[in-house]
Amino acid sequence: MIYNLVFLLLFMLGFYTILVKKNLIKLVIGLNIMEAATFFWVMALNYREGVIPILKTGSKAAAVVNPLPQALILTGIVIGASTTAFLLTLIIEINKYANVIDLDILKGLRD
Amino acid sequence: MIFLEYLLIALMVFAALLAVIFEEELISIICLSIFSFALTALYLLYKAPDVALTEAVIGSGLNTAIFMAAISQVRSGRKNHVSREDE
Repeated sequence: MIYNLVFLLLFMLGFYTILVKKNLIKLVIGLNIMEAATFFWVMALNYREGVIPILKTGSKAAAVVNPLPQALILTGIVIGASTTAFLLTLIIEINKYANVIDLDILKGLRD
Repeated sequence: MIFLEYLLIALMVFAALLAVIFEEELISIICLSIFSFALTALYLLYKAPDVALTEAVIGSGLNTAIFMAAISQVRSGRKNHVSREDE
């Protein structure tokens, strides 16, 4: 229950940042917060009592925590880092072209 | 265990809130690094040391580094533009 509430709070915080803020770097920060909130939610809801999932010979498979969401989140973190790098490259190029990263001013520069 | 978990969740929400409400980009990025640190400790509590290692290296180190590189590029480009207009 508290995990759902924390996920909702963090996700809405990131979504608010993307919708309201005018600075392009703040938009990437909001995207990062949304991403991390989703990973935290998946990890917290799939946790059960057990040991770290490295099976030794003779140990039972039911004694370890679920390793599938861990593998998915590991992939997601790496993809999130590459997405952040790509968006920041786009922001640097926009700044080279227009010399500003404010969305309100960039809208006026369109024509 | 339960108390530590709730403490880390509170730290995570607080750091995310600070990262959103500050207007200065550098302070926001440092708060995002603190957010990532709390998430790393939570992953360790959830018995996922491999994910915690990746989050510590990428979320807390690499993300901060590339954000700071982008900010320095943006600011130096803006300063050059202003000085060119002055001349």
